[in-house]
Amino acid sequence: MENTVNSLLPVWACLASLLAVPLIVIFRKEIFLREMSTLLAGVVKLGFVLMMLPIILEGKTIVTELVPGISGINVPIVFRVDALGMIFALVASSLWIATSIYAIGYMRGLNEHSQTRFFAFFALSLSATLGVAFAGNLLTLYLFYEMLSLSTWPLVTHHQDKEARGGGRTYLSYLLGTSVAFAIPAILFTYLKADGDLSFSGPAILAGSDMGFLPAVLLLLAFAFGFSKAGLMPFHSWLPGAMVAPTPVSALLHAVAVVKVGVFCVIRVVTGVFGIDLLGKFGANLVLCWIAAFTVIVSSLIALSQDNLKRRLAFSTIGQLSYIVLGVALLHELAIKGSVLHIAAHAVGKITLFFCAGAIFVATGKKYISQMAGLGKQMPFTFAAFFLGSLGVIGLPPSIGLISKFHLLLGAAEAGQVALMVVFLISTILNAAYFLPISYEAFFPKKDSEGDLVNTKFQWSGVKEAPLACVIPLCVTASLTVGLFFFPGLLLELADLFVGSVKP
Amino acid sequence: MVDQIPAVLVLAPLFGALLIGLIGHRDHRVCFPIALASLSVTFFGAIAAAQHVFTNGPMDYFVGGWEKPLGIGIHLRIDALNALLLIAIATVAVLVTFFSIRRVGEKNTEKTHYFYILFLLLCLGLFGITIAADAFNLFVLIEVSSLTSYGLIAMGSSRSGTYAAFNYVLMGTVGASFYLLGVGYLYLTTGSLNMQDIHTILGSNPEIAQSKAVTIAFIFILVGIWIKMAFFPLYGWLPNAYSYSPSSTACFLAPLMTKISVYVMIRVMISVFGLEWIFVSLGWSHLVVWLAVIAILAGSVLALAQREIKKMLCYLIVAEVGYMVGGAWLADEGLWGMTGALYHILADAAMTLCLFLAAGIFVKRFRAREISDLEGMFRKAPWVMAAFVIGALAMIGVPPTCGFFSKFYLIRGGLDAGHWEYVGALLISSLINAVLFFRIFEIAFFGNKPAEGHDHSHDPHETEELPVASNEAPPVWSGNLPLFATAVIIILLGIYNGPVVALIRTFLEELPIVASSL
Amino acid sequence: MAEFIHDHIQPYFNYWVYVIIMMIGLWALIAKNNLIKKLIGLSIFQTAIILFYVSMGVKDGATIPILGHHGSSPPASEHRLFEDLDEEEPKKAHGKPVDHHAADDEHGEDHTHGHAGHHKTNPDLIANPLPHVLMLTAIVVGVATLGVALAISQMIFKEFGSLEEDEILEEIKASASDG
Repeated sequence: MENTVNSLLPVWACLASLLAVPLIVIFRKEIFLREMSTLLAGVVKLGFVLMMLPIILEGKTIVTELVPGISGINVPIVFRVDALGMIFALVASSLWIATSIYAIGYMRGLNEHSQTRFFAFFALSLSATLGVAFAGNLLTLYLFYEMLSLSTWPLVTHHQDKEARGGGRTYLSYLLGTSVAFAIPAILFTYLKADGDLSFSGPAILAGSDMGFLPAVLLLLAFAFGFSKAGLMPFHSWLPGAMVAPTPVSALLHAVAVVKVGVFCVIRVVTGVFGIDLLGKFGANLVLCWIAAFTVIVSSLIALSQDNLKRRLAFSTIGQLSYIVLGVALLHELAIKGSVLHIAAHAVGKITLFFCAGAIFVATGKKYISQMAGLGKQMPFTFAAFFLGSLGVIGLPPSIGLISKFHLLLGAAEAGQVALMVVFLISTILNAAYFLPISYEAFFPKKDSEGDLVNTKFQWSGVKEAPLACVIPLCVTASLTVGLFFFPGLLLELADLFVGSVKP
Repeated sequence: MVDQIPAVLVLAPLFGALLIGLIGHRDHRVCFPIALASLSVTFFGAIAAAQHVFTNGPMDYFVGGWEKPLGIGIHLRIDALNALLLIAIATVAVLVTFFSIRRVGEKNTEKTHYFYILFLLLCLGLFGITIAADAFNLFVLIEVSSLTSYGLIAMGSSRSGTYAAFNYVLMGTVGASFYLLGVGYLYLTTGSLNMQDIHTILGSNPEIAQSKAVTIAFIFILVGIWIKMAFFPLYGWLPNAYSYSPSSTACFLAPLMTKISVYVMIRVMISVFGLEWIFVSLGWSHLVVWLAVIAILAGSVLALAQREIKKMLCYLIVAEVGYMVGGAWLADEGLWGMTGALYHILADAAMTLCLFLAAGIFVKRFRAREISDLEGMFRKAPWVMAAFVIGALAMIGVPPTCGFFSKFYLIRGGLDAGHWEYVGALLISSLINAVLFFRIFEIAFFGNKPAEGHDHSHDPHETEELPVASNEAPPVWSGNLPLFATAVIIILLGIYNGPVVALIRTFLEELPIVASSL
Repeated sequence: MAEFIHDHIQPYFNYWVYVIIMMIGLWALIAKNNLIKKLIGLSIFQTAIILFYVSMGVKDGATIPILGHHGSSPPASEHRLFEDLDEEEPKKAHGKPVDHHAADDEHGEDHTHGHAGHHKTNPDLIANPLPHVLMLTAIVVGVATLGVALAISQMIFKEFGSLEEDEILEEIKASASDG
C-alpha cells in the first residue's frame, strides 16, 4: 500500500493564486498593489509547493479529499501529489514568478489595456494548472483541464481585435471540441470499465481489465487526442493560432502551463489509466509512438519555414511536446524518465525563448526573424539568453535539455526501437537548423537591418535592451537552463521516484 | 407539527395570496413582504419535510382526514422523489421574489398586487402538483398553475406576448384535457383515482394491466404531459410565451414549468403505471428515446438560429426537455438514466434560472434583447456577465457545474442501455451549446465588429472605468443578488452531486424494477 | 354492417359520441381563424370530455345517488366508501390499499356490483356519483379557463384591433420588421 500523508498543503498551493484574483480586482486602480498581489501570490504558492517537497522526496504521496465520493454513485474530487505532480507544480509555480515580473515589464512597456483582467485570469489559470498537477483521479484532472481551457481564453484573446477573435475561436473550438468529442467518452468508458473507480492511487485503473488490442488502441487515441493540449497532430492547430496572445501569455501558458498540462495528462493516462503492462502487452503503445514521431518530424519541418518568430517557437513546441508523448509511449523506464525530465527542460528553455521574442518586440517592435539580423549588438543579453534557451531545447550541452534527450534516446535504444531513435536524432538536427541561425545572424549578420555592410564594432552605448523587468527574468531562466545541467539532482530524484512508482 | 407540512406547503402561498388580495391594492409595498414571508414558510417547510422524509420515510397527508381509497379524497404525499423538488421550487420562488421587487410594478404600481397574487397561486399550484398523490387532483392543480401562468404571461406589455399567451391557453388546455381523458380511462378500468391504488390494482391484475384501455389511458396522459412540457413536436407554444412575458414571470416559469411536467411524467411512470409495465409490457421506450434525440437536436439547432437571447434560451429548454425525457425512458438496468433525469430536473432548474435572470437584467438595465446588443457587456456589467458565464458553462456541461454531472449520469444510463444515438445527441448538443454561448461571449467581449489591428493607445486607466451611459439603469441589489445566489447554487449542486444523487438513488433502488429483470 | 353496429357501436355508443364531439372541437381549435371560434372549439373539446366522464357513471335503471335517511332507500351512496373506510381507518397513512376494489368491469358501466355491501344497499340501483363530482370541478376549471382566454382575447382585440389570426400574425410580423 502506498505511503500517504493527509495534508491541506496542495489545496493551499492551489488556492494561493485563486485568492489573488479578488485582490487583483480590488486593487484595479492601485497598479502597484495589484502587481504586488500577483507577485506575492506567486511567492506564497511556490512556498507551499516547496513545503510539500520533503514529503514527496521521502517517497510518500500527499492526499486531500476535497469532495468525498459515495461509492457507486459519484467520483470524489481528490488532490494527490506524487513525484510527477511535484515536478510539474515546481516548474509551473517557479516560472510563474518569473513570468509575473516579465509580464509587468511587458504590459507596462507596451501600455496594454485591461491589465487587471489580464493578471486576474493569469492567476486563475495558474490555479487550474496546479489543480491538474495535483489531480488525484481522472475526473479531477478533467475538471481542472477544462477550467484551464476556459480561463486562458480571455488571455489568448487579450487584444480584442479581429485576429485575436480568430485565434480565440480556433483555440477554444479545438480544445473544447476534442475534449467533448474524445476525452469525455473516453473517461466514461473507463469509468464503466473500471466500475466507477477513477483514482490514480494504487495500480493503474484498467490494469486488471481484459481489453483487446483494438479497444485499447482506440481508447488510448481518444485520450491522446481528447487532451489536445498535448498538441498531437492533427489536433495541433490551436497552438500557432493562440500565438496572437501577448507574449507573457504565450511564454507561460503555451510553452509551460497549457501544453504541459496536455502532455501531463497523456503521461497520467498511459501510466495511471492503462498501466505499462496493459499497453505493452499488445504493443498498443506503438500506435501512439508513431503518431508522436510523425508530429515531431513534421512540426520541425514546418518550423523551419516560419519567419514569424513566435510561430516558429509554436511549431517547435508542438515537436517538443511529442518528444514527451513519444518518450512515455515507449513504456521504457529510461524513456519515461526522459519524458518527465523533458517537461522541466523544455519548460525553462522554451520560456526563455518566448521571453526573448517578447523582449525583442517590446524594444524594437520586430516580429519576424528576417528583421532580426544584427540585433545582437543592440540587445546582447537577450540574444545570449536566446542562444542558451535554444541549446536547452535542442538538447546540446551545457543545458538540461541534454540530460532529458539523452534519457529519451537511451530509452528508445533499450526498448529496441531503432527507428524511433533515428527520429529523435533527425529532429535534433532540425531543431538546431531552425534555432541556431537566429542567434548567429543576430550577432554575426551578413548585412545589418539597414543593408549596410557589417563589422560595426560592439559598443555599450548602442545597447538598447527592453525594460529591466523583461530582461532580468529571461536571464534568470536562461541561467536555469544551464544551472540545471550542472545540478539536476532534485529533478533526477523526483523522476526516479515517479518511474519507480509506475514500473511494472 | 411536521405532519402538517404537506398542507402548509399549499396553504401558505394561498393565504399569502388572499392577504395580498385583501390589502395589496391599498399599498403595493406590502406585497413583497407578504409574498416573501409566505414563501419563506414554504421554503423552510420544504427543508423540514425533506429532512423528515429522508430519515423517516414518506409522509402522507389526507386533507380532512378522508383516507384513501375514498374516490376523491385529497391525498398529499411527500417522498424521496419529490422532496428535493419541493426545495428546488421553494428556492426558485424565493429568489424570483427578490428579483421581482422593482421589476414588477415599475410602470404602473396598481398592477403590482395582481402579479403577486398570481405568483403565489402559481407557487401553490406547483407545490400541489409536486405532492399530489391523486390523479384527478393532479389535474386540478395543473390547471391552477396553468391558469395563473396564462395571466402572468399576459401581464407583459408586449403585443406579441398577449397573442403568445392566447396560444398558450389553447395548447395548455388541450394538454390538460388529454391528461384528464387519460385519467378517465384509468378510472374506468381500475375504479380508483389514487395513484398508489391504481398502481396496486394494475400490478395485481395482469388482465387489467394488459387491456387496451390502460394503454390508451397511458398514451393520453403522456401526450397531455408532453404538451405541457413542450416535448419536441409539441413545443410550439413555449418560445413565444416565455420570451414575451415579463422578466420576473419568465424567470419563474422557465426553470419550473417544464421541469415540473417532467416530474409529473416520471411520477406517473413510476407511481401509477410502474416501470416494469412501461418498459417491459409496453416496450416502446426505444421510440421515445428516438423522439428525445430528435428533440435534443432540433432544440439545439433551432436555438442556434435565434437572434434574441430569451428565444434562444427557450429553444434550449426544448432541448433540455429532450435530455430528461430521453433519460427517463432509457430503461437501463441500473436506472442511471432515470437518476440523471431526476438530477437534471434540479440542475436544469438552477441553470435556466441563472440564464433567465441574467437575460432579465440585460433587458432591464441595458435594453439588450438581441444577442448583438450584448456588445461590450463584459465591461459594462462584469459580475452579471460572470454569472451568465457560469450558467452558460453549466448548459454546455463543463465541470464542476451541475450541468456536467447531470450529463455524466445521463450518458452513463445511455451507455448502459446501449442507446448510442442518445449519447451522441447529448454530446452534439453540448458542442452546439458551446458554439452558441461562445458566440455570445465573443460579442460581449469583442463587440460586433472588432478592430482590425490591436491598438496600444488605450489608456489602461480610462478603459477600466465602468462607463455609465444615459440609458442604463444602475445595478439593483435585488436583481443581482438572486443571480449570484443561483450561480453559487449551480456550482455547489455540481460539486456536491454525490449526496444529492445518493438521495435520488435511495428512492429508485427501492423500486422493484431495479431488482427484477429489465 | 349491422353486425358491426351491433358489436362495436351500440355498446360503446357514448364513447363514439364523445369522440366525435371532441374531434369537432379539436378541428375548430386548429382550423378556425377567428380566436373566439377557437375558444368555442376549446369549449366543445372540454365538454366532450365531461360527457365522457358523466356517461361512465350511468347504469341502466339506476337512480340518482342521493342518500335517504339513515341509509334507507333509495339506496345509500356507494357502499364502497363505507366499506373501505371501515377497514382502513385504524391503519392511517401507512395502510396498504386493499386489492378488493379492483374493478371487474372494464366498461365501467358499474364497477361496483361485485361487492357485497355492508349497508344492505343494492349498488346496481344507483349511478356512480364520483364522475359527476369530478366533472363539477372540471366544469369550474373549464369556466375559469374560458374566462381567462376571453380576457386575453379582449386584450388582443384592444392591441391589434382584430380577432382574426392571420391579421394578428401579419401585424406582429410588420412590427417585428420595423424594429
